[in-house]
Amino acid sequence: MNPFLECLTALAPEIIVVSTALIVLLADLAMAGGKPVARRAGLAGAITCLGCALAMAWAGLMPCSAHVAMLAVSPVTQWLKLTLLLLTIFAAALSWGGRFTRHVGEYFALLLLAAAGLMLLVSSDNLLLIFVALELLSVSLYALAAFDKSSAASAEAALKYLLFGGMSAAFTLYGISLIYGITGDLQLGYIAARLRGQPAEPVFYAGLVMTLIGFAFKLAAAPFHLWAPDVYEGAPTPVASFIASGSKVASFFVLARILLTAFPAARGTAAASDYQAGWVPVLAALAAVSMVAGNVAAIVQSNVKRLLAYSAIAHAGYALLALVADARHTLAALLFYTITYAFTVLGAFAVVAVMEQSGRRGNLADFEGLGRRAPVLSFCMLVFMLSLAGIPPLAGFFGKFYLFVAAAAAAPPLSLLWLVVLAVAASAVSLYYYLQVLKQIYAVAPSPTAAWPRPALSAQAAIVLLAGIVIVLGCAPDLLLGKITDLLRSHPF
Amino acid sequence: MLAWTIYISFLGAAALMFLPGGNARLARIIALLAALGGLACAAAGVAQCARHAGPGALTDVVNWPWIAELGVRFHLAADGISLVLVLLTGIAAVAGVLFSWNVEERCREFFALYLALIGGVYGVFLSFDLFLLFVFYELAIIPKYFLIAIWGSTDREYGAMKLALYSFVGSAMVLVGLIAAYVVSGAKSFEWVDLARGPYPAAFQYWAFPVVFVGFAILAGLWPFHTWAPTGHVAAPTAASMLLAGVVMKLGAYGALRVAMTLFPIGLHAWQDTMAALAVVGIVYGALVALVQQDFKFVIGYSSVSHMGFVLLGLMTLTQIGFSGAVLQMFSHGIIAGLLFAVVGRMVYDRTHTRDLAQLQPMNLHQVLPFAATTFIIAGAASAGFPGFSGFVAELQVLVGAWKSFPWLAVLAAAGVLVGIAYTWRVLLKAFFAEGAVDRRDLPRLEPISAPERAGALLLLGTTVIIGLWPGLLLGLIAPALDSPLLQPLWKGGAR
Amino acid sequence: MNSIPILTILTFLPLAGGAVAALLGPQRQRAGRNLAMAVSLLTLAAAAALWAAFDHSRGGMQFVERARWVPSLGIEYHLGVDGLGLLMVLLSALVVPFALLASWDIRENPKLYFSLALFVEAGLMGTFTAQNFIHWFVFWELSLIPAFFLIKIWGGPRRTAAAYQFFVYTMAGSVAMLAAFLAIYAAAGAFEFGQLSDLARRGGLFAGRAMLAGAVFAGIFLGLAVKVPLVPFHTWLPAAYTEAPTGTAMLLTGAMSKMGVYGFLRILLPIFPAQMQALETPLLWLAAATIVFPAAAALAQKDLKRMVAYSSINHLGYCMLGIFAAAQLAGPGAEGVNNKAAALNGVILQMFNHGLTASALFYFVGLIEQRGGGLRGLNDFGGLRRAAPVFCGLMGVALMASLGLPGLNGFPGEFLIFKGVLPLAGWAAAISTLGLLLTAVFLLTILQRVFSGPLPERWSRWPDLTAGERWALAPVIALIFALGVFPQWLAGVSNPAVLQLMKLF
Repeated sequence: MNPFLECLTALAPEIIVVSTALIVLLADLAMAGGKPVARRAGLAGAITCLGCALAMAWAGLMPCSAHVAMLAVSPVTQWLKLTLLLLTIFAAALSWGGRFTRHVGEYFALLLLAAAGLMLLVSSDNLLLIFVALELLSVSLYALAAFDKSSAASAEAALKYLLFGGMSAAFTLYGISLIYGITGDLQLGYIAARLRGQPAEPVFYAGLVMTLIGFAFKLAAAPFHLWAPDVYEGAPTPVASFIASGSKVASFFVLARILLTAFPAARGTAAASDYQAGWVPVLAALAAVSMVAGNVAAIVQSNVKRLLAYSAIAHAGYALLALVADARHTLAALLFYTITYAFTVLGAFAVVAVMEQSGRRGNLADFEGLGRRAPVLSFCMLVFMLSLAGIPPLAGFFGKFYLFVAAAAAAPPLSLLWLVVLAVAASAVSLYYYLQVLKQIYAVAPSPTAAWPRPALSAQAAIVLLAGIVIVLGCAPDLLLGKITDLLRSHPF
Repeated sequence: MLAWTIYISFLGAAALMFLPGGNARLARIIALLAALGGLACAAAGVAQCARHAGPGALTDVVNWPWIAELGVRFHLAADGISLVLVLLTGIAAVAGVLFSWNVEERCREFFALYLALIGGVYGVFLSFDLFLLFVFYELAIIPKYFLIAIWGSTDREYGAMKLALYSFVGSAMVLVGLIAAYVVSGAKSFEWVDLARGPYPAAFQYWAFPVVFVGFAILAGLWPFHTWAPTGHVAAPTAASMLLAGVVMKLGAYGALRVAMTLFPIGLHAWQDTMAALAVVGIVYGALVALVQQDFKFVIGYSSVSHMGFVLLGLMTLTQIGFSGAVLQMFSHGIIAGLLFAVVGRMVYDRTHTRDLAQLQPMNLHQVLPFAATTFIIAGAASAGFPGFSGFVAELQVLVGAWKSFPWLAVLAAAGVLVGIAYTWRVLLKAFFAEGAVDRRDLPRLEPISAPERAGALLLLGTTVIIGLWPGLLLGLIAPALDSPLLQPLWKGGAR
Repeated sequence: MNSIPILTILTFLPLAGGAVAALLGPQRQRAGRNLAMAVSLLTLAAAAALWAAFDHSRGGMQFVERARWVPSLGIEYHLGVDGLGLLMVLLSALVVPFALLASWDIRENPKLYFSLALFVEAGLMGTFTAQNFIHWFVFWELSLIPAFFLIKIWGGPRRTAAAYQFFVYTMAGSVAMLAAFLAIYAAAGAFEFGQLSDLARRGGLFAGRAMLAGAVFAGIFLGLAVKVPLVPFHTWLPAAYTEAPTGTAMLLTGAMSKMGVYGFLRILLPIFPAQMQALETPLLWLAAATIVFPAAAALAQKDLKRMVAYSSINHLGYCMLGIFAAAQLAGPGAEGVNNKAAALNGVILQMFNHGLTASALFYFVGLIEQRGGGLRGLNDFGGLRRAAPVFCGLMGVALMASLGLPGLNGFPGEFLIFKGVLPLAGWAAAISTLGLLLTAVFLLTILQRVFSGPLPERWSRWPDLTAGERWALAPVIALIFALGVFPQWLAGVSNPAVLQLMKLF
């Protein structure tokens, strides 16, 4: 087939999404002028969701497998795009009721562009395109983080995000260039071929580490996490939810792809008894530090969004376990974990967003007595918090369990036991701060002057739907897990 | 039939959540019906399974595939030990609802959480797939937390958090051991029967056993990890402390027996002496500390630690008679602890609003609340191991088993029984009998014991008396379960 | 044997009656009291039926009931009575209604009092019919707790201390006994009395381990010795009996004290005859001390109730004398056999008769206290014979019976004991006659100070016995006379049992 047409077909979902972004901008420009913000937001949001739905339909219904240009599209990536688009739809639904900006058109357009960046990120197996997609995503997110002009925190968050992100992008780019210098290619498969049989040079390790650092920043893995709490807290909540969910899923997938496809030779091991240098020990160290730092810092937080930020850091640590173990076999666990985590954290942020729309803020004290004022909302928050803590029968529990089993089973068996024990211990500690939130919601009496949360119908529907997904995936994880393992078995990397 | 104990409990909890708020009466009735339904199913199930009891007989209740990827099945089954404990849960659940009849605030949430906890407990006792067992075990932590944090009394938030964290840390330890066992055994399933076959290398068992055993035993109140128990019991509302001391602590002991001991017999033999010593320390320490408490409920809380020490000692004797005593003691103490907490919490504290013995003594409660006093006397006698009540045969069997395996520890444990008599006696006299003569007019005017309280007390008293007089009813269920071929490695070289 | 489980009925009828009475509401005091009385009379009827159905010629256990209870621990539900047990059951069945009648006028929560008394009765019945240690021990303890409450709640001014002392002493003894029996179980694997005494006779009980056997013997001895009580374990008794309300004191002295002596006969003698023979001399000294010291102490008392309490210890000392003397002499020899039989028969008769007499004495003292407005000092009264002749007459009868006057029921028992002990252990018997003398002195002193002499003004309108009191006393007084004249009613029952018992050692 004509490579250009092949490329277009492969990129069709992304094209749809980008087109939707343009349409939203135009529509907002055209229909704007005097109409109330809520109306414009509704229109823009509707167009966004429609566009995403269309892209989902294409990605789901049109089987596509292409290795053209710098793309590597396979059923796995298509299915991942479905998930990412779904997350985008939820984020958009959350943004409908938001009153933090008048520039709704630009907002939704940027959201869609970020979504396009995500989708592009998972479709590529060339380091350059990966970097471009990463930048598309990041720049959109920087801008989105600053959208609440009435809040100084939002601007500060965006600036921090920009500075950290820019620096990490520099690291990544420099690392990629070093690798290119050594191997002479940017395509992941070819890089692997060039590296095979050659002794590894220090420059190569430098490049590898720098690339990893760049990704570690994106994943908010400690010690590259310093931007996360401020950004999660300062950015408008729907944006924070999107950052926490979508970019995590995509970034993990991409990292896995890079490391497995391009650098299997430089693996190394992190087994307690048998140490070999490589990217595995680096990731193991990152994982360990993230788990500990994230959980310990979360204990003292009094703002729920910051708490979720530190918890995100910890969860990044857990997910890195899957990469530390023999990732070929643990990829299913990684995907299951990150996807369920994405839905859960999106739900948690959604609840916070609803609280903010009713005039409260995201502090722990603002959740006082929510159990009596808004039982459905509180129950959904209960589901999300317990899923993050890893309490059965919710999705988070099974995700962690499967991850730990996969990590422990990594050959030779129980070699990573130290890391699993650390992960379990950190997870045990995390129950404390999740219970703090729930305690505020259920055990503390509501203050009589607090406003009742009045969630928009779209937001409430989104939250309930997300809670339902978490519960269903917890009770019947095979639904998702089966699909993932089938896809991976038939189309390994 | 037995699976319905779980389903009814969770359905009841869900039904309660959808009730319109404020209708306390309806909530109570639904809760009582759910609890009674669970008890009826449990009794019917026990009767049904008892007829087929053979050595090591395992009656399958439900066995559905669940997560193919890991080889996890939704497998519920029962052997004699599970049946005894399921019956205990049923009786304790009904009694707890009866003793919570006076809860007014947020009634339906209270009973919803209560029923969810009961459902989780039933689940643990009936699960024979270890993943499922773990799910139910962890599931039970959350209702416990909320029951104490919302409806508790002294220091409730601290007590609730302490309990939740201790339990969670314990289950984290179990998780590590379970995952390790799954990986090392090479079995592609989490079935108890499969994982019990192993085989596990000895070096692995030497650390896996204490990790899993202590993980479960934390919830059973093993010394020195027992510190959550007195604080938690005191902070909890009456029904919650009845369940906590009566049933939830048995989850830990059951888990220790079912998982740690059956899966890792070599590790068990290596750690037998240490764990037995810790159990005896718990017996004596719990009893001695109970002897000096000034708070009525703390006495009972520490006495629970002491009695659970008997259970753990019985398990560690690695003799059939010790095991039999341990399981019987689980049942017996479950009922008796429920009774004791009911008297302290519901009958006394809810009326006098004090648990301080110095304040209670002048009230001469045996005249004001004679039913409470009588119930406490009988419960105290049962708790002290008086023959005619369920605790006697249990403790005697444990002591006989302990004598076979560790004579000196048996003597210490017997001394613990004596201290038990002493603190029971002391608290009985201090709480209910005034020093000198008390003028009729100085006695406080307290509302009389209500009908649900009497019903609950009679249910529990009747159970302990019936089992006390006919221990064969339960021993007949336990004995065949102990003959199971999967428990054979435990006996080898047990009694010295 | 018999299809009706009469021993079970005897034990559980009072238990059930007491439970029902306790559970009645607080308004139904009179109903509870009446119910309890009816139950105790029913129990008496059952005991009488037992007496009638009992085969007086055979020596072994009759009306045996056995059922497996906890096979893995060797615990059986095993009841049976021989002549000794029958007499003790009958005694309890007689004393309890008597005590209840004496307590008819209790004002403070009588329903609870009566139900606790019935629990004590159940404890007594259970102990006297038990053939298995666990059963024995359960009911031994069961009688202890209600007795504690009876003293603590309705007792005199220093009742708390007395009750505690009573409880702690008896409990300590019970614990020693329990420990000893657990050791026996560990060695022999059985709790059955019959099995254990067979084992002991064949020398298989503590084969070779004399130290352990000695320790176990000491444990059981201690438990029983506290209950009897034997000097020097008797210090709890005077306070307890004095502070106890009248009916409770009657129960304590009339029936509960016999549990200790019964235990010596049923448990210690058949299972540990070798140890008892080895320790013969010290034991006889203890028995002699138990006879002489309390009698001397009674002489020094000024409180009537206390005097009767000490006299109670003294009378049981005779029982112990008889038992310890009979334990010696391993060899058969016809002479020895006769003397031992005489001593043991005397012991059993003394147990029965003392039960009746002592409870009657406490009743009388209680009446004195009641009519005297709380006074019961020796010197508070005088010349009551003139104001209440019937009262003094009957009390005099009881005092004389206690003294051992021939023709009254106190005589045959003491006579037989001395007849048997004198040839067996002459020196002990000689010392014990001192006790007889002292007893006579203080009992006659009571007669003199209380009944004779000038009648003080305030007692001039001392009421005589009411009709109700006469009815209550009539059976007991009648028995005091009848059993004095026809002791063979008792001896005919006890002798076969004694001969059977003697075969065991």
